[in-house]
Amino acid sequence: MSKAKTICFALMDPPFEASRTTTALRAIDAALRLGVNVNVFAYEGAVMLPFRHQQPHSNPVHGRDTQEEDHPLPREWVAGLIRTASERGLNFEWVNCGMCVDERGAGDAIDGILRGAPADLWRLASASDNTLIVPTA
Amino acid sequence: MKMLTIVSSGYRATIEEQDDTIVWLTHCLRNAGADTDMLLLGAAANYPVSGQSIIPVCIGGREQRHSPEIHSQVAAFASNGSKVMVLSNDLEDRSIDRRRLLQQVVVVDSSDLPELLSAYDQVWHW
Repeated sequence: MSKAKTICFALMDPPFEASRTTTALRAIDAALRLGVNVNVFAYEGAVMLPFRHQQPHSNPVHGRDTQEEDHPLPREWVAGLIRTASERGLNFEWVNCGMCVDERGAGDAIDGILRGAPADLWRLASASDNTLIVPTA
Repeated sequence: MKMLTIVSSGYRATIEEQDDTIVWLTHCLRNAGADTDMLLLGAAANYPVSGQSIIPVCIGGREQRHSPEIHSQVAAFASNGSKVMVLSNDLEDRSIDRRRLLQQVVVVDSSDLPELLSAYDQVWHW
């Protein structure tokens, strides 16, 4: 069990909609690289961040095909965070709000994502040194 | 851990969700053991105002029968001992008559915020 500090994030925005999400994922990445354990509670649209069926696309305006465009997918970022935590021996727990998942049909998430309930936010926050809320505006 | 939940985005997706999702979530957390109060900022200062009603939304012939009753949500939250606060400035900006607020609501001035916020272990700003 790691003795490093732990930070909890609550995310709310859906993917591809707000720069807050990218900033939050960068903050999570930075925390892991500083040796901090991370808990994430994904609420509302944020449960789509690790959705398995996100697909890259070409961009005719950019004049690039799918491979050249190399469109970033949040599910790949989340998978990378899980991988980074594992490589560094850190705890990383990502819990999707189950009711939010159901109303969005977001049940098919990438490996490593847990389904939970609102009370999990309290559990994760209580087990952390501090919590950062990243809400939808 | 004493926590303050700040809701600063009023009426966010309340039709689709049939409630304010943060007021709802905070209620859930308190039921799970969280010791939390609530500060309603901006448009959310209207939540504790009595006499609100919403005509059911009908889109494409599909009528939404259960309209959000956020006033009742806040009342239920306040009835169990948690403090619900609004800012006097937000009431004045919106010409909200204090006499229409839920009796349990505490009106605070923005100048009181530093002392108020420092009384909590964590402040969650949604």
